[in-house]
Amino acid sequence: MISEEQVRHVAGLARLGLTEDEMREMGGQLDAILDSIEKIRELDLSDTPPTANPLNLSNVLRSDEPRPELPSEEALSPAPDAVDGLFAVPRID
Amino acid sequence: MDDLLNLTAHGLSERIEAGEVSVREAAEVANARVEEVDGDLNSFVTTTPELALERAGRVDERLRDGGVRPWEVVPIAVKDVLSTRGVRTTCGSKILEDFTPLYDASALANFGEAPVMVGKSNMDEFAMGSSTENSAYGPTKNPWDTNRVPGGSSGGSAAAVAAGEGWWALGTDTGGSVRQPAALCGIVGLKPTYGRVSRYGLISFGSSLDCIGPMTRDVRDSALLLQAIAGHDPRDSTSANVEVPDYLAGLEEGVEGLRVGVVTELMDERIDAGVREVTSRVAAGLEAAGAEVGEVNLPHAYYALEAYYIIAPAEVSSNLARFDGVRYGLRVQADGVHEMYRKTREAGFGAEAKRRIMLGTYALSSGYYDAYYAQAQKVRTKIIEDFREAYARYDVLVSPTSPSVAFEIGAKADDPLAMYLQDICAVPASLAGVPAISVPGGLSEGLPVGVQLMGDHFTEPMLLCAARAAEKSAGFDFTPRP
Repeated sequence: MISEEQVRHVAGLARLGLTEDEMREMGGQLDAILDSIEKIRELDLSDTPPTANPLNLSNVLRSDEPRPELPSEEALSPAPDAVDGLFAVPRID
Repeated sequence: MDDLLNLTAHGLSERIEAGEVSVREAAEVANARVEEVDGDLNSFVTTTPELALERAGRVDERLRDGGVRPWEVVPIAVKDVLSTRGVRTTCGSKILEDFTPLYDASALANFGEAPVMVGKSNMDEFAMGSSTENSAYGPTKNPWDTNRVPGGSSGGSAAAVAAGEGWWALGTDTGGSVRQPAALCGIVGLKPTYGRVSRYGLISFGSSLDCIGPMTRDVRDSALLLQAIAGHDPRDSTSANVEVPDYLAGLEEGVEGLRVGVVTELMDERIDAGVREVTSRVAAGLEAAGAEVGEVNLPHAYYALEAYYIIAPAEVSSNLARFDGVRYGLRVQADGVHEMYRKTREAGFGAEAKRRIMLGTYALSSGYYDAYYAQAQKVRTKIIEDFREAYARYDVLVSPTSPSVAFEIGAKADDPLAMYLQDICAVPASLAGVPAISVPGGLSEGLPVGVQLMGDHFTEPMLLCAARAAEKSAGFDFTPRP
């Protein structure tokens, strides 16, 4: 069972606010989903390597050459708050 | 002019090339159709009629000089998860209600300056869902029966194509989001090989799974639209540096001698009997057309949905971290940056997005990582091995696309697990990164059934050829609805 305390902890990790209703319901919903997923743990896969990319690509590198990109003024235009060419945020606490 | 609505995209393209119709006239027909039916269907979050006309006019001008490729002349709907320069892109979310991208997704790069776009189609929020009910902009209705869902997450694109609001659409598929709505709306939906189409400008859900794919009236349209969007892109390091073949050349070659395996695990009692029946009939049609049809096992398909519902939420919990009220999108002001993050995300995300962020964060958190995420990644390896063994004996695998026909709006809205089951047939190909296409196979309960064909990595030419044969044998004629 996922307790409300665990829900609060995970929501904190995700920087995700939840309403009181969501907070109450989330534990039960996650429990139901995790129960249904539980069966993958019955497989013994200790010798199986994990797959992160279906084409097995590993690091793809390119040469580090400057190229034209969006001007910073344009890149800042969708920001909720921009000051002096920078993204502005409330005080860091 | 109305007869234009009954043409396929390639049919319209030929008429335009022959000079019988202008692109502008086609755009006018599409706009009028959107105006006529979208009040009921809600296929679009944003319609762009003036933009479509303006861009159509420019393509008409270019047509006089030649060099316009056949796909550029056909008006298109674009799922609202693909960035479109200067056109609002919401991802079906409140958090991006006022977001206007600064560039076009790379998948749109081969449409000249910009595609003749009729609008941005509706979707489940951040592509998470199988019914398009998770959109902050209201649900989309299925043109076959407006009490029913069109499937999801690309439900707006599927409904738009089925209703003739444009001739074709782009969707995205992470765990079935092109194929399942295509199945439920009676159209063709292709998820290409992972990496075949650049994801640059596609707002990410599951980065190791996301694929952009064509949603079309027939298989030839699917091949044509894939031709337009496929290719390597230095801006997406996961895009495949593999040559793009001609997808139309071998389309009518037929299936003589093609080895077709029907997937046993995806034909069990979890699938409605009517859906199984249509699937078997299509397999028999392929056999009658000369294919060698047998049965094949994907033993770990029984664990695919479970692995998917760990991997996809894990990736989404990371990808949606970028929506934090700093660089774009909604910000809810607060005293202190952490409270600003929490309040912004609380107000901006809907219920399913929150659920998946929570699930993914939990599965990745200390103490649970090995039990869930690492184990799911190993199941993914087993599924890939299953496919490899299957493709040693068969060229193409066949299964239903979705376990049921379109269900009623609201029927599964409060039961996430029932909704997730919609994806059981689609997620194995997603996890393996192989191409898969849904073709209308016939009707059950008066509603369309999609049959899924899956090929090995980068075998789209063969897959499309097999899909074309399946389409011919099914004899399912496209007509815009309602």
